[in-house]
Amino acid sequence: MLQTYTYPKYPYVQPAEQKERVARRYPVVIVGAGPVGMAAAIDCRLHGIPVVLLDEDDTVSIGSRGVCYAKRALEILDRLGVGERVVAKGVSWNVGRTFFHEEEVFNFNLLPEPDHKRPGMINLQQYYLEQYLVERCVELGVDLRWKNRVVSVQRMSDQVRLTIETPDGTYGIEADWLIAADGAKSPIRKLMGLEVEGKIFHDRFLIADVVMKADFPAERWFWFDPPFHPNQSVLLHRQADNVWRIDFQLGWNTDPEEEKKPEKVIPRIKAMLGDEREFELEWVSVYTFQCRRMQEFRHGRVLFVGDAAHQVSPFGARGANSGIQDTDNLVWKLKLVLDGKAPEKLLDTYSSERVAAADENILNSTRSTDFITPKSNTSRLFRNAVLTLAEHHAFARALVNSGRLSVPAFLTESPLNTADEDEFAGRMVPGAPMDDAPVGLPDGGKGWLLDQIGGQGFQLLYFTDVAERLGDRLERLRELTVDAVPVEPLIVSEKAGSVAGARVLHDLMHLVAKRYDAREGSVYLLRPDQHVVARWRKFDAHKVRAAVARAICNQ
Amino acid sequence: MTKGELAMPLTLTPNFSEAGKRYFRAFSPGDDFYEMLIDAHRDLDDGESAMLNAQLILLLANHIGDLAVLREALAKAREGA
Ligand SMILES: Cc1cc2nc3c(=O)[nH]c(=O)nc-3n(C[C@H](O)[C@H](O)[C@H](O)COP(=O)(O)OP(=O)(O)OC[C@H]3O[C@@H](n4cnc5c(N)ncnc54)[C@H](O)[C@@H]3O)c2cc1C
Repeated sequence: MLQTYTYPKYPYVQPAEQKERVARRYPVVIVGAGPVGMAAAIDCRLHGIPVVLLDEDDTVSIGSRGVCYAKRALEILDRLGVGERVVAKGVSWNVGRTFFHEEEVFNFNLLPEPDHKRPGMINLQQYYLEQYLVERCVELGVDLRWKNRVVSVQRMSDQVRLTIETPDGTYGIEADWLIAADGAKSPIRKLMGLEVEGKIFHDRFLIADVVMKADFPAERWFWFDPPFHPNQSVLLHRQADNVWRIDFQLGWNTDPEEEKKPEKVIPRIKAMLGDEREFELEWVSVYTFQCRRMQEFRHGRVLFVGDAAHQVSPFGARGANSGIQDTDNLVWKLKLVLDGKAPEKLLDTYSSERVAAADENILNSTRSTDFITPKSNTSRLFRNAVLTLAEHHAFARALVNSGRLSVPAFLTESPLNTADEDEFAGRMVPGAPMDDAPVGLPDGGKGWLLDQIGGQGFQLLYFTDVAERLGDRLERLRELTVDAVPVEPLIVSEKAGSVAGARVLHDLMHLVAKRYDAREGSVYLLRPDQHVVARWRKFDAHKVRAAVARAICNQ
Repeated sequence: MTKGELAMPLTLTPNFSEAGKRYFRAFSPGDDFYEMLIDAHRDLDDGESAMLNAQLILLLANHIGDLAVLREALAKAREGA
């Protein structure tokens, strides 16, 4: 098979404490250097938390696995410092074609909503994402230990003790907090005797990475019941380096080992592409999938993230995308708890907020799966009726579900929100993931709202026409910056301007005010993970402080 | 609008919603409906499902009432049959 990518082999170094035979204590230990564990490690470092990251392997994901990285994950990756590389290497696509039997029934153009920094999604092989994350971990001084397999977990009231196996034998490590990012089979979950509940789909998919020799459009093609693969579905997607990902639904009664053989795979692809197109196989795998989650993502001092906590079917690309959002939700809370500024129960809201998000992801990917692989004659009949109507009618096109774009959850039920007391239109409700918009930066350059938000602490957007006229309100805004849990005021000004002691963002196209339904004097309190906490028509420092206290369970 | 004032054309653009419910994603109400529909058929055999469908059509047709709309819907459905 062809190779467009050379898998790095990261060096194993014997841990100092194994040599010295002393167990060391760390504030945070993370198990699993997949995309989610690495995102957590980078975020910890950005918060100044020393972190040990353990992985039993010494390379990146084998085969493409995750291909679609959605807008919200890209925004978080921007904050972590790898967004630019991922987007530069990734492939953008807009046109999707849907085929039923021989014919194309419709196509859509996913033109990105204008005036957001990041598009709806990009395609990139998971190994590239992981490689960039590894490099960023190293740059930030993550204590990354390859060939370190966790073999036992001991939970105490004030710490977690791990036994780790390396090529040199075993050693122990102590952690104040353990982040379990050890994937769908999560040994940590098993060692702790915890359950993960949900639905197993009785279906198999063959996935192949194929290198095309000739030009082929960068589009997403989805076939329902095509002549070259009757009764099943097929998906074709472009990735970086002219590598194409093809997913064939196989059904349950197939032999995965048999199906993986090139002599079986190549004729399938030939039938699909037409004989004249030249291609080479790079990687083939067969997978089954499940939609399930743990009851709780926090168990004392152990916090489960990513596939260890929840799994979805790949339709809708919600696996890695949602795992990265888990860490975005978790790390700022962990930092406040480690610093003694918030009670431990703040971490329970990591669980409740991300359980709600996982349920939404499971719901959406289950619905896509049920549409793509109907389980009864009637379900198939309705599916085919929708596809037939879709050729002519917009309402039916909207019902065709070959995977819904991965989008972040609105945390509208979160106990951390402060409910609206003033009238606002639009969707930036308490709990909403923030909308982006272009802004003029204090240095005169052009930038993006979301790049100015989040990471370190809470922020308050203050909307005004002319920043210079804030007068003594500016003093009151600035007082928030010296609170125990500080709030940085960010002035969003209709006219370009500057004031002493606060950053002013110029609302270049008036889109910030529009998307947030803001008027003179409106304020928005924002979490470090770019979610809206509360908003008012008029600034009141007491209310802001009460909302911050509520948002960190300090009431 | 009173009856007969305007012939109601058959709605062919996405039209699902639920009173009092706020949707943040355009695909959600349609997907909610589709899931309800498939769930209603759970554990029925093909004959029972056909019977459910027939009754469902009658219930919805009566609710719509307007024969012009129903005529148009029947014609469109027959095209693809
Ligand atoms: C076919 C397919 C297509 C997909 N498509 C998409 C997509 O388009 N978009 C998307 O977002 N997601 C997609 N996914 C899902 C995505 O690949 C996963 O959700 C993602 O890899 C989860 O990341 P993770 O870090 O939680 O776990 P993993 O990537 O599984 O990483 C877990 C890590 O833990 C390590 N580990 C395990 N046990 C131990 C131990 N005892 N000690 C030390 N280390 C240990 C492993 O070596 C591994 O590195 C797809 C998955 C598949 C299979």
